Amino acid sequence: MISLDVLSQAASLAFSVQVIAIVIAAAAFGMFVGAMPGLTATMATALLVPVTFFMDPVPALAAIVAASGMAIYAGDIPGALLRMPGTPASAAYVEDSHQLALKGKLNLSLGVSLTVSSVGGLFGVVILILCAPVLAEFALNFTSFEFFWLATLGLSCAIFIAARDPLKAAVSLFIGLALSTVGLDPASGHPRFTFGVVDLLAGVEFVPAMIGLFAIGEILRGAIRLHSDPVPQVPPTRGPLFKGMGGILRKYPRNILRSSALGTVIGALPGSGADIAAWMAYAVSKRFSKTPEEYGKGSVEGLVDASSANNAAVGGSWIPALVFGIPGDSITAIVIGVLYMKGMNPGPTVFLINPQLIYAVFMIFILTNIVMLPLGWATVKVARTVLSVPRRILLPLVLTFCIVGSFALTSSSFGIALMLVIGLLGWVMEDNGFPMAPIILGLILGQLFERTFVTSMIKADGDLLAFFERPIAAGLGVFVFLVWGGALIGAVLAARRRRMAAEMDARL
Amino acid sequence: MTTFDTLNRRTVLKGAAGLGALSLLPGSALAADYPTRPVELICPWSAGGGTDATGRMIAALLEKRLGQTFNVVNRTGGSGVVGHSAIANAKNDGYAIGTVTVEIAMMHWVGLTDLTPADYTPLGLYNADNPGVTVSANSEYKDIKALSAAIKASAPGTFKASGTGQGGIWHLALVGWMLALGLAANHVTWVPSEGSAPAMQDLVAGGIDIVTASLAETKAMVDAGRAVNLALMGDERVASYPDVPTLKENGMDFTLATWRSIGGPLGMPQEAIDAVSAALAEIVVDPEFVEFMSGRGFGIKYLAPAEHAAFMAQTDKVMGEALAAAGLAT
Repeated sequence: MISLDVLSQAASLAFSVQVIAIVIAAAAFGMFVGAMPGLTATMATALLVPVTFFMDPVPALAAIVAASGMAIYAGDIPGALLRMPGTPASAAYVEDSHQLALKGKLNLSLGVSLTVSSVGGLFGVVILILCAPVLAEFALNFTSFEFFWLATLGLSCAIFIAARDPLKAAVSLFIGLALSTVGLDPASGHPRFTFGVVDLLAGVEFVPAMIGLFAIGEILRGAIRLHSDPVPQVPPTRGPLFKGMGGILRKYPRNILRSSALGTVIGALPGSGADIAAWMAYAVSKRFSKTPEEYGKGSVEGLVDASSANNAAVGGSWIPALVFGIPGDSITAIVIGVLYMKGMNPGPTVFLINPQLIYAVFMIFILTNIVMLPLGWATVKVARTVLSVPRRILLPLVLTFCIVGSFALTSSSFGIALMLVIGLLGWVMEDNGFPMAPIILGLILGQLFERTFVTSMIKADGDLLAFFERPIAAGLGVFVFLVWGGALIGAVLAARRRRMAAEMDARL
Repeated sequence: MTTFDTLNRRTVLKGAAGLGALSLLPGSALAADYPTRPVELICPWSAGGGTDATGRMIAALLEKRLGQTFNVVNRTGGSGVVGHSAIANAKNDGYAIGTVTVEIAMMHWVGLTDLTPADYTPLGLYNADNPGVTVSANSEYKDIKALSAAIKASAPGTFKASGTGQGGIWHLALVGWMLALGLAANHVTWVPSEGSAPAMQDLVAGGIDIVTASLAETKAMVDAGRAVNLALMGDERVASYPDVPTLKENGMDFTLATWRSIGGPLGMPQEAIDAVSAALAEIVVDPEFVEFMSGRGFGIKYLAPAEHAAFMAQTDKVMGEALAAAGLAT
């Protein structure tokens, strides 16, 4: 058990004037970066690393904790205002938050996001503090077989989320999967579809692709309509941001709890972070909702689930990173590098050698999630002026940020070219009714899916039954088939109902 | 000073950044001709990995000595091809250098790139590590003799090992060990993985039997009591793990090392070569660096530019032979 002595040391480290000042500055920075479409929470973290180099361990980690948590929430703001997710973690429910805003419920949309982000974030931190070793232990039992099933589950979600037209969603998904095969073959290491271009060996980078898909299409649409009819403006709403939030919290306590728990677990699983947590929570929410038809058209319930899950994942992703030095997501991959630089080598011993540092970081986690409320409120206030900026000024600005973001993540102009090409593809597809989200999901999960399948087959000497030999893998596999079976039966029943209704009509 | 022969946005920006930095510097640093503005240190591996961590440490210490910012830029992907290409193709004015790793002596043999160690200006080697043979703490094999005997007695493909991608350095470690045992190169099946961290996870979770990776990479799991190092593929035991025997001690004549070094594109100005390599020679004995490297389980091996070049050429030859033996060379 942790001694009071360690806790008081940790508190004195965490609550110094310098650390508090850094937390607020980094949080404001994270808010700005997250709110800019194309600049991700990962990028906010990466940009901070050179700055943290000159700091002591606790302020350095405090800066990263504050910036990454804030950026994940701030990604919701442009999602609601412009239908452009500020970070990939906001992509799952961007339709809902934007539709709510169009209906004049901008305050409700952003207020709900902010409140449940803070609650979900706190939940993730509490789990991080209480269960770090236990949860990491569980995730550590996962071999390629279990990860294969997780990837399969994620890909299946792509179709369920975009249920309006499953066929078009499937086409989008397969385009995403095809893009994920560019680069080095995960098994043999041979280049595929690279056409001799060195930059393509790294594959289709996810962040430039996401910026292109979600922002370029929007910019092009805006540019086309620039001089014709005005674009659907988000009507400004009056009243305080947190109005009615108590009611929302009381209405959906089970959703918040379920999605925060789901988000924390997904965050703790190596390789999956806030973005996948949001997708999964959204899909689960839709399956269990009494009003699934509202999803994608402005569902508060979906917003509550996905928005709490992605912030819960931030805390969760630190669990394997701290306990075993295995990153839970791309942000904690950078965090591990910083930990080593500060001589706090991640691993079980970090709790023995530097417990006061780790508990100081935990305290800052809690502080950040509370500071998020006033800072988020301020950002929303400032973000509203974005609405009054004419589109002929706003669109080039957004494009500039997209270009800067694509360049920053790949450190080369190739990222910019990739973003523009994928953006054009996305624009053509979306204008023909193909959803964007499955492309992104295919791109993220495609490599994990292929790699885990191939390595599992090598390990099993080609025996497909091996996917059900390990207990956790078998459980996950059965779950995937149940999900598929449920969807199939649902589709058959719906088709039969339609046919019967048609026959009735014919008879009448 | 910088001359803007082709004036484009980037050189103007760099120049502006350089001027900005200059004005902040103490007078003493201005006397040197190099560096007069920030230097890019290209890392072909992702942030958080061993090359990134050691590269960032070197960058910070170079900064201390040469009075200019050394920015670590991660150019990842393609098993290191992207970053190594970026270093070789960078402008050779001394303001773009990078961490050149053992993979440069391997990738061209398997047809991933045309670049070889001869395409770089060597600035000094700073690290070399031998791989170990690591098993899960639950493994029934408690020492290297028992494991080797069991592998010899097993049918081909019974044991699975991992640690990196197909044809990667740790795959060659397994191949060399198998050949030393008098077995076929693929007697133990290689399961490709994205680096050592997923391989270690798979080992501890019971998905594979053996990991051949550096002791720095197995450290976290070994310290956690989840995995056990059975042997080291080096010439002698290492101070950080005095109880881990070498393969040689157990009658298996095979050693292998991965290494990391600083290099730049060909044709760099001599003053830049001298400045960086002289600073690097100081850094490898700097207590701050020594403590950092030993804390993470990395070995320090320093070679000055001339020996560094010879060492890379030597590795290149050995790797070519090993890859051919494994049937991986094209």
